[in-house]
Amino acid sequence: MNTMPNSNVVVADKLPPPSTVKPRRFSMPILGLIGLCIVVFWLLMAVIGPTISPYDAGQIVDADVFGGLSRKLLLGSDYLGRDMLSRILFGTRYTIGLALAATLLACSIGTGLALCAALAGGWVDAVMSRTLDALISIPSKMFALMMVASFGSSPELLIITAAITYMPGSYRISRALAVNVQTMEYVQAARARGEGALYITCIEMLPNMIRPVLADAGLRFVFVVLLLSGLSFLSLGVQPPDADWGSLVRENIAGLGEGAPAVIMPALAIATLTIGVNLLIDNLRGKRSRKD
Amino acid sequence: MNKNAKANVKTSDSDLVKVSGLRVVAAKDSGDDVVIVKDVDFSVARGEVLALIGESGSGKTTIALSLLGYARAGCRIVGGSIRIGQRELLSMTRSELSHMRGRDVAYIAQSAAAAFNPSKTLMDQVIESALIHKAMTRAQAEAKAIGLFRSMALPEPENIGKRYPHQVSGGQLQRLMAAMALITDPELVILDEPTTALDVTTQIEVLRAFKNVVKELGTTAVYVSHDLAVVAQMADRIVVLRDGQIREVGSTGQILTAPENAYTQSLLAAAAPAAREQLPLAPEQERDVPLLRIRGLIAGYGRPDNKGLPSVRILDDINLTIRRGTTIGIIGESGSGKTTLARTVAGLVAPARGSITLDGEALPPTLQGRSREQFRRVQIVFQNADTALNPAHTIGRMLARPLTFYHGLDSNAKRKRIAQLLDLVQLPGSVIDRLPGELSGGQKQRANLARALAANPDLILCDEVTSALDTVVGAAILDLLAELRRELNVSLMFISHDISTVRAICDDIVVLYAGRMVAKRPREAMMAPPYHPYSHLLLSSVPALKQGWLEQVCGRVPQDLPAIGEVASSPDICAFLHRCSLRVDGTCNLVPPLRRSLEHGGEILCHRTDTDLRHLQQPLIAVEGVTV
Repeated sequence: MNTMPNSNVVVADKLPPPSTVKPRRFSMPILGLIGLCIVVFWLLMAVIGPTISPYDAGQIVDADVFGGLSRKLLLGSDYLGRDMLSRILFGTRYTIGLALAATLLACSIGTGLALCAALAGGWVDAVMSRTLDALISIPSKMFALMMVASFGSSPELLIITAAITYMPGSYRISRALAVNVQTMEYVQAARARGEGALYITCIEMLPNMIRPVLADAGLRFVFVVLLLSGLSFLSLGVQPPDADWGSLVRENIAGLGEGAPAVIMPALAIATLTIGVNLLIDNLRGKRSRKD
Repeated sequence: MNKNAKANVKTSDSDLVKVSGLRVVAAKDSGDDVVIVKDVDFSVARGEVLALIGESGSGKTTIALSLLGYARAGCRIVGGSIRIGQRELLSMTRSELSHMRGRDVAYIAQSAAAAFNPSKTLMDQVIESALIHKAMTRAQAEAKAIGLFRSMALPEPENIGKRYPHQVSGGQLQRLMAAMALITDPELVILDEPTTALDVTTQIEVLRAFKNVVKELGTTAVYVSHDLAVVAQMADRIVVLRDGQIREVGSTGQILTAPENAYTQSLLAAAAPAAREQLPLAPEQERDVPLLRIRGLIAGYGRPDNKGLPSVRILDDINLTIRRGTTIGIIGESGSGKTTLARTVAGLVAPARGSITLDGEALPPTLQGRSREQFRRVQIVFQNADTALNPAHTIGRMLARPLTFYHGLDSNAKRKRIAQLLDLVQLPGSVIDRLPGELSGGQKQRANLARALAANPDLILCDEVTSALDTVVGAAILDLLAELRRELNVSLMFISHDISTVRAICDDIVVLYAGRMVAKRPREAMMAPPYHPYSHLLLSSVPALKQGWLEQVCGRVPQDLPAIGEVASSPDICAFLHRCSLRVDGTCNLVPPLRRSLEHGGEILCHRTDTDLRHLQQPLIAVEGVTV
């Protein structure tokens, strides 16, 4: 290639000075930080929970069922006299692990399909969109019941079921974003430059739709947690003796009348996780991209 | 806070508006306040039109809005005084303010299309403020509105109010908005860039209507604009603003002829761009195969008919050539197909008919057929740098991509070349790590150009590259383009709706109307008649930088169009027929015009002969303030 002649550079003094560069430091509003703390706490518990739990999950440690909070049993005992704290700590892994896997699966497949559909356009897009719309129309709980009834309950099946249930929604949102981003002039410029489809989707389009997609993934994570807890509550989810938070609520539902901590604590765990994730997502957007 | 503010509060009877020591701050993300309007004092006499002029960010709209006692979200009026008549706006309560707004002080916004509610009739919206303020009954208000429609020269004044916003044109909507503002006989009208979004040929109609009404009603007005030539037609006095401060205040005549402030002088200089020097073409280059040749190009949308032509033609029979190192200007109003032409050449829109050849070699119609080398040689620069640069990529990354993609440079060579490119477009090296959002509009446009230059192209398609920029910044970009062309010998296809920009930089000028080339002429020939009637309308609609121009050109009114009989149904009938003041019954409406050469170079698509055109256009023409 030929080298450009070196132009005598006139500093364009008429131009306004560039806005002073702000250091790209991670800043988040206080509510976001609270959400982050909660999420990090539960993730940590999912990893180290079983090792720090005072008892084994299945061990009956107290004669008293639905016992209150005590020094020995920090969160009371369940309907068989097992330690509630230990059961929740063991259950964290199921609740978060299953939900995380299902969400990742749903969102990556959904976004991938959406990008394909947006790029291909025409009838490919139409067929994919209508097919996935048909999937959306199946009520999620009914579908899960049907899956469990046909194939029996196992963690893998639960992940697949939740992923199939929430993938079409993710596809819908990603496709809407992709179609918008696709009409932007920088994507047109990349096409006019002769770039391939893979470069355009991954480098030009994806970074500009990733924030809403992530926000949506967080929301979907919460839905999956609720779906799995719901299934467990119907005793179709994680099977005894293992238990996720939903099954813990289910098991101890008899204690509801006496206000036993055994039924309140796992419900509280579900609540804190969902609220924490939502706080985090809502504040994830960051101010930088708003307006300069 | 300001001692003068208190002293000046006593208004003389002739001043309707008295602003003193006005200070407006905006809150930044960090919580600090930044002063965007700094101690501004001015007054407007009763019946006077005062213009606030400045570039984007000069605080002109903020000041105009403060006359309504309003500050945009995130802004606060922190000091000074604003008196309108006997009232002090800044000490008024919210309900007092809302009682005043729309009744005593009215506002006309830039985009009428965005200001109207699409689901209500025009009449309902025009008289709404009169009804809200209970100034008159519905019947009185409607009668008044019809009177205003008439003085605004709107078609069918009795019935236009029954239509919905989408059923009238942009220029008509802008006039309807003025009627909406004037319905309550406000003491003060604020016009915020009311013609900026319009084509020049529409702008002149709107300006004329505004001028008439202001004169008829003796309205006091504040006219906000960035366009000195427009302001020259409307205002009695001009306030020049920059960075929230007043640079100069003076009568329109004084500002235009004897500006004292250096900034005002630079604004004036940029408003009438001088022609950039042209390259004398080497004679051997003239004989060469032209760089780009477009023949019989037809493009459009919709289902193809039985001849394979699209049902809606955006471009029709385009023929042009671009020689190496020259610039061709494409001008036309919105919807004339300018952008589609650039996109067709770039391969983004597939033509239905015709051929495009690059250096004698046919360019495949779509992106799929083109080789990387062909992509490299033709680069397109989009109009809006805000959307043409990927907001997630830094400038360095964006410039590196074409270098890797086309030239396969290693990282060291890339770094050197990026520095060179930034030099070329006169950007500081520090922008490499910045995101587009952190650059100013002019800097973004330079980065946009640098990306096209990174490919070492032979042809750059520039689509309205200066339209979104302030006059002074736009002029700097034009200088840059002229210099690049001289140094790199690239060819440019320069698309614009602004004839003075095109004239400043192009060797040949093509005028598009409804997708057809109605005229193609060398730049020098563009200065003298005969013109195609549309070029003539376009040229004479560009406001001249002098007072009284509007009155001078008002001889041409739409009603003067000669009557014609029924129009033949052939698609090739002159597209400009319905707006042409030189049409001939029996010819123009029945026979498609033929392309023919003019004596002084160039060609036009018109039935009229040179002599006819010259004769008819001679007494009317006013170009750049010089009556020929």
